Amino acid sequence: MGTIRKRTSSGASAPSKRGAIVPASPFAYAPAPESRGIVKIKDRYGLFIGGRFVEPRSKRHFETISPSTEEVLSVVADAGEEDVDRAVAAARTAYAKTWRALPGRERAKYLYRIARALQERAREFAVLETLDGGKPIKESRDVDVPLAAAHFFYYAGWADKLDWAFPNRRPRPLGVAGQVIPWNFPLLMAAWKIAPALACGNTVVLKPAETTPLTALLLAEVLQEVDLPPGVVNVVTGAGRTGAALVAHPDVNKVAFTGSTDVGKAIARSIAGSGKRLTLELGGKAANILFSDAPIDQAVEGVINGIFFNQGHVCCAGSRLLVQEPLLPVLIAKLKDRLQTLRVGDPLDKNTDVGAINSRMQLGKIEELVQSGIDEGAEIYQPECTLPAKGFFFKPTLFLGVSQSHRIAREEIFGPVLSVLTFRTPEEAVEKANNTAYGLSAGIWTEKGSRILWMAQRLRAGVVWANTFNRFDPSSPFGGYKESGFGREGGLHGLEAYLAFEQGAGRG
Amino acid sequence: MASAGRVRIRKTYKLFVGGAFPRSESGRAYPVKDARGDVLAQAARASRKDLRDAIRSARGAFRSWSEKTAYNRGQILYRVAELLEGRRAQFEEEIARSGGRKPARELDAAIDRWVWYAGWCDKVHHVMGTVNPVAGPYFVFTIPEPTGVVGIVAPDEPALLGLVSRLAPAIVSGNTAVVLASETKPLPAVTLAEVLATSDVPPGVVNVLTGLRSELVPHLAGHMDVNAIDVTGVPREMRADTEKLAAENVKRVVFAKSDESPYEITAFTEMKTVWHPMGA
Repeated sequence: MGTIRKRTSSGASAPSKRGAIVPASPFAYAPAPESRGIVKIKDRYGLFIGGRFVEPRSKRHFETISPSTEEVLSVVADAGEEDVDRAVAAARTAYAKTWRALPGRERAKYLYRIARALQERAREFAVLETLDGGKPIKESRDVDVPLAAAHFFYYAGWADKLDWAFPNRRPRPLGVAGQVIPWNFPLLMAAWKIAPALACGNTVVLKPAETTPLTALLLAEVLQEVDLPPGVVNVVTGAGRTGAALVAHPDVNKVAFTGSTDVGKAIARSIAGSGKRLTLELGGKAANILFSDAPIDQAVEGVINGIFFNQGHVCCAGSRLLVQEPLLPVLIAKLKDRLQTLRVGDPLDKNTDVGAINSRMQLGKIEELVQSGIDEGAEIYQPECTLPAKGFFFKPTLFLGVSQSHRIAREEIFGPVLSVLTFRTPEEAVEKANNTAYGLSAGIWTEKGSRILWMAQRLRAGVVWANTFNRFDPSSPFGGYKESGFGREGGLHGLEAYLAFEQGAGRG
Repeated sequence: MASAGRVRIRKTYKLFVGGAFPRSESGRAYPVKDARGDVLAQAARASRKDLRDAIRSARGAFRSWSEKTAYNRGQILYRVAELLEGRRAQFEEEIARSGGRKPARELDAAIDRWVWYAGWCDKVHHVMGTVNPVAGPYFVFTIPEPTGVVGIVAPDEPALLGLVSRLAPAIVSGNTAVVLASETKPLPAVTLAEVLATSDVPPGVVNVLTGLRSELVPHLAGHMDVNAIDVTGVPREMRADTEKLAAENVKRVVFAKSDESPYEITAFTEMKTVWHPMGA
C-alpha cells in the first residue's frame, strides 16, 4: 500500500498504548498452510452449456489470477452474445423438455445430490475459492462451502412442497432465470441463486464474476457428476458485457442480480417494461450500534467480525460503527488492541484472519476512499503489520472522528475499513443509522431486551442482528430495504422470486 | 332530492394533500367528461409542485401511521367503510356519471373490499411472517414492514373499486400513499378523499391528486423519496419509461395481480429479519 498520505500523526506508526499485552514476535504463529494439492485446476476452461464444456464462439478468453500471489491460475472463456444465446437456448430446451415436467420429488433428489457432493468435495471447493478469490481458508472452509451445501439441502426439501408454501395459489415456475453473481462469495452466491430457482422448477444461466469464475466451473463439474439433466444449469463466464447480454436476452423470464447498486440500477433500466421478474441484492452501509451497556468483549468481537470478515467485501458489512459516547474511550482502546492481533496475509494459511483484496481494481477503490477519509479530516488508525510483498493486501483500518457527511460514512467501501461515529440517545442512533440510501443490515449491541426490539422495529434494514453480526442461514431471508435492493433470498420468502401464481380476478 | 325550483349547489373537485383540499398551486383545471362528451366537472390539474407537496406530506405522516398498533390501524380503516356506507347515494351517482354500469354493485364490492383489507392489519404478520429454524443457537424471525411512501397510479376502471383495490392493500401495513386518480374518471376518487378526511385516517396518510398522467407519472416515478410505485394504472406505452425512472432509487414496482390477496399487501412491504442469540 504505502501510497496513503497521512495527515494525522496518531495511529498507524505508533503502537497502541496498551500494546504491551499484544503478542509480539516470540508468540508469532508458525505458518500453517492448507495444501493446494487437493485442487486440480485445468489450464483452460470452456463454457458450461447443455451439460458440456464447450469452446466459446466468441473465441475470447481471459486469465483468472490469484489475488494473493498474482499468479495466473487458469484461462477462462469470455462468453459473447452468441454464447449467451446458446446458453439461454439450452436452458429453454431443458425447461420445456425435462425440468418443468419433472415432479418436485424428483427435482428434490438432484438438489440433495448436489448438496451431498458439495459436502464430499468441501475441502477442494474451499481451497479453490481461497485461491481464486483471496479469502482466508478458514472462512471458505467454515462458512462459504458449508453454507452453500446447506442452501441446496434446504431448498431441495421445498421442491415437492411448494403447494404448502403458497396454499391456494397454484405456484408454477417462471422459465429461464438469468443470474449474475458477485466475486465476494462466489460459490455461496451461486448456491443462493441456483438452489431456489431449481427447486421451483426453473432452469438457469449463471454468470459468475470475472475475477472469481473457478468455483462455479467446479460446481458445473459436480452438476455433471450428479447427472443433472443437461441445460438445467448453464455457466457463462465473462465480464460485465456478458452479464448485460444475459439479463437483456429476450428469452430470459427472470433476472436475479447480486452486486453493486449502480449495476443493479442499470439492470433495472435495461429490462424496464419487458415484464421480466427481477430481484436485486445490492450494496450496503450498515450501522453497527453499540450502547454503553453492551456486553463489551462480545461486542468487540462482533464489530471485528462485522467489518473484517472476508476483508470487508461483504454487502451487509457493519462498516459504520455507532458508539454511545460514554463507551467510546474504552471501546477504541479495545478495538485497537484487537486490530493488532488480526493476522493479515496468505489466505491459504489456516491462521489468517484477513486475506487478500479480491482484485487490483478493488484495492484501488479502497485506497481512493481511504484517502478521502484522510483528506476530509477523519483520524486513521492502522495496526503494525507486514503485508506480503506480492498480491493485493490492505491493512485493517479504523477511522475515528468520522462525521455523517464524510464519504467514508456514506459510500460503500467494500474493504477492511471501519468508520467510527458516536451518538447519545437511542433516537439519535436510529436517526443516524437510517440516514443512508442503503438498508441492507444493521447491528444492535445492548443487554436491554426492550431496547433491542425497539431499535429493531425502527431500523430500516432487511436484516437486524442483535448481539451478533454477519449470521447467515438458508432458512432465514436476506435482502434489503431502499437502494440495497428488493426481494429476499433464503427461507420461505426466497421461493417467491422464482414462482408465478394464479392471477386475475378473485382471491389469489 | 332537490325541491322543484331550487338551484342545486355544485361541488368543486379539488386535490387532497396533507388532510386539506387545496386547488392546484398552478391554478389549472381540466374538464372531466362523461361517455357522451358532456362536461361533468372541472377537476384540478395538479402540477409537479403539488406532487412534491403530496409526497412530503405522505413522508411526514409515515412514522406515526406505521407505528400505530395494527389493531388501531384496523379500526381506523374499518371506520372508512362505515362512512362509505353512509355516503352510498353520492358514490352511486358518481360511479354512474363516470360510466360505471352497475353502480350499486360496484359500491358494494368496494366497501366489502375495504373491510376485507382492514381486517388484515393485525393478521398479515401471521400469514406472511416466519420464525426461521436456523442451524445455530439463535432466535430468528421475519415480519413484513411497510416500505414507506407509495405512489399509486390508479386504474381507470372500475372508477371507485379499482382505486380501492390498490389503495387499501398499500396502507394496511402502515405505508402512506400518494394517489394519482384516474385521469378520465377522477370524481369518485375525490369523493373518497372527502370520506378519508372525515374519518380518523390521519392527514397525509392518503393524498389524492387529479391531473394528467403524462405530466405527473414521470415525476412520481423519478422522485427520490418515494419507495414504491404501483403502475397498475400506467398506460402500456408509458410503462417502460416509468420503470426506468423508478430504477433511479430502486423503487419497488408493483402492479395488481389479484383483487383480494394478502400478497397484494406484501407487495408493498419489506421483510425484516431479526436475529438474537439464545444462551443461559
